[in-house]
Amino acid sequence: MFIKKRPSWALPSSEITPESIYLNRRQFMSGTVAVAAGLSVPGLLSAAKLPVPGEALDFVPMPGFSTDEEKTPFEDVTRYNNFYEFGTGKGDPAKYADEMTVDPWSVVVEGECDRPGKYALEDLLKPHEYQERVYRLRCVEAWSMVIPWIGIPLADILKRLEPTSRAKYVYFETLYDPDQMRGQRSLFSTIDWPYQEGLRMDEAMNELSFLAVGLYGKTMPNQNGAPIRLVVPWKYGFKSIKSIVKIRFQEERPKTTWEMLAPREYGFYANVNPEVDHPRWSQKRERRLPSGLLSPNYMETVKFNGYGEQVADLYKGMDLSKFY
Amino acid sequence: MNGKRIVDRSGSVLIFRLLVAFLASVPLLVLVINIAGQSLGPDPGQEVTESLGIAAFQLLIVTLCMTPLKRWTGWAGWIRVRRMLGLFAFFYALLHVVAFLQFILGWSDLWATFTKRPYIVAGALSFVMLIPLALTSTKGMMRRLGKNWKPLHKLVYPIVVAAWIHFIWQARSDIGEMVVYGLVIVGLLALRWKWSGARGLIPFART
Repeated sequence: MFIKKRPSWALPSSEITPESIYLNRRQFMSGTVAVAAGLSVPGLLSAAKLPVPGEALDFVPMPGFSTDEEKTPFEDVTRYNNFYEFGTGKGDPAKYADEMTVDPWSVVVEGECDRPGKYALEDLLKPHEYQERVYRLRCVEAWSMVIPWIGIPLADILKRLEPTSRAKYVYFETLYDPDQMRGQRSLFSTIDWPYQEGLRMDEAMNELSFLAVGLYGKTMPNQNGAPIRLVVPWKYGFKSIKSIVKIRFQEERPKTTWEMLAPREYGFYANVNPEVDHPRWSQKRERRLPSGLLSPNYMETVKFNGYGEQVADLYKGMDLSKFY
Repeated sequence: MNGKRIVDRSGSVLIFRLLVAFLASVPLLVLVINIAGQSLGPDPGQEVTESLGIAAFQLLIVTLCMTPLKRWTGWAGWIRVRRMLGLFAFFYALLHVVAFLQFILGWSDLWATFTKRPYIVAGALSFVMLIPLALTSTKGMMRRLGKNWKPLHKLVYPIVVAAWIHFIWQARSDIGEMVVYGLVIVGLLALRWKWSGARGLIPFART
C-alpha cells in the first residue's frame, strides 16, 4: 500500500541523494502503523539491500568516521570472537554460529516510544542508506581490532521509532534460543540469558553510535552478531550487543548482563579508560590484533578509545572511576 | 620400597616411561607445529601462554593420579613416572610464566600485576611452590632430605589448589571446565585424606 507512494525507492542507493533519503524516511513513517500492526512487506522495492549472509552491500564510505590505522584482516575479525551464546572460546562462535538462523529476523520495539511493534528487520532498515565506518574495537580483555562496519547510524533508526520525552535510556536484547545457541545450553554458564545491554539516550543518539548489518562490505557473518548489532566504539566491546531482537525505550536505567554478573568489574558505562583498571587486569595497554609472537603489537590504550572529541562531553562532571 | 618388582618388570617400565615422556611432550609438539604453521590465530601470544598453562595444570593433576593408580593396580610403573610427570609440569609452568611475561605483559607493569591481580598472585604462588619441589626431585636430594622429603613434597597439594584458583578466577562466565577439574582435584585430595588422615594433606607435617 504505502509502496505506491514511494517510486523513488526503486532507485539504486548510489543515486539517492541525502535529501531524498530524508524524504523517504518521513514518508515511510506514515506507513509504519501498518508495519507495527504486523503487516510486513518483505523484499519489496528497497533502497538498502537486505542482509543475506555474505552478500555484497551497497554503501557510502564515511571518511569522517574512519581511521588510517591498519584494518584487522577479515579472517581475524571473523574467527576471533567473544560471543558467549556460542561458547566461551575465541574460536567457538566461528565454529557454531551457523547454527543460528538470521532470516527471517524481527526486532521488537517497545516502551516509551510512539512506534512500538514487531518489525521485520527489512522494514527497520529499508528507508536507510548504508554507511561504511572504520572503527577501533577495544575489548575489555585488552585486545583490539580495527573493523570496517557497514550499517546505519543508531540515531536515525531510533528517531524513526519516535521515543517519547520519558525515554531516558534505550535497552537492547540479544536472541535467546538455546536450540540455536549452544552456549545458552551450558549448565555452568553464570550468565543469565538473554544478553542485555543499554545506553543512555544521549549516548545512543551520539553520531558515533552505529547499528551494523555487515563488515568488509558484506552482510554480517553470524559470529559477529548477524543480522544486526550495535557498535559503540568508545566503549568496551561487550557494550556492542550482537544479534539484537529487542529495543526498549525506558525511563529507568537498564541493568546490563555483565553488570549483573560482576558489578565490581563491569559498569553500565564501560567507557574505554586506561585510568580505570579492571580489577583482574590492567587497561593501560592493548594488543592490536593481529599480533605476532616475536613482535607483539602493543599500544597504549587511549581514553574513550580515541573518540574523546565526539563523546567526552557526554560525561562532563561525572567521576569516571565511579561510573565505570 | 618395591625394588624387586621394578627390576622384575624393568623392560615394560622402560617402554612405559618412554611412552609417558612422549605423551607429556605432545602439548609442546602441538604448540611448536602451530607456531611454525602460524595457525594460532590473531593473538598467538595469548594462545601460547594459555596452552602452556593448561598443559602444566593437567600434568600436575596426572602426577597426582600416580599414587592412587599404584595403590589400585599394584604396578610400580606408575610411581616410576611420577617424578618425570612432575618435572614436565614444572617445565610447562616455567614456559608458561616466561610466555606470560614476554607475550602478555611485555615485561612492563610487573609490580602492579603481581600485587593487584589476584589470579596472577594465585598462579605465581603455585609456580613459586613448584620450584623447591623441582629442585629436590633428584635422587641425591631425596637421599639428603631423607624423611623430610615427603613432608616437603606434600606442597603439591596447595600447589594444585592454587593453580585451580588461578584458572577459575580468570573465567569470565562459563566455569564448567574448571568445575570438572575441581571435582577431580577434590577426589584426589580426598583419597589422601582417606589413606593418611588430614595430616596427609598438610605440607611439612609428618604422617
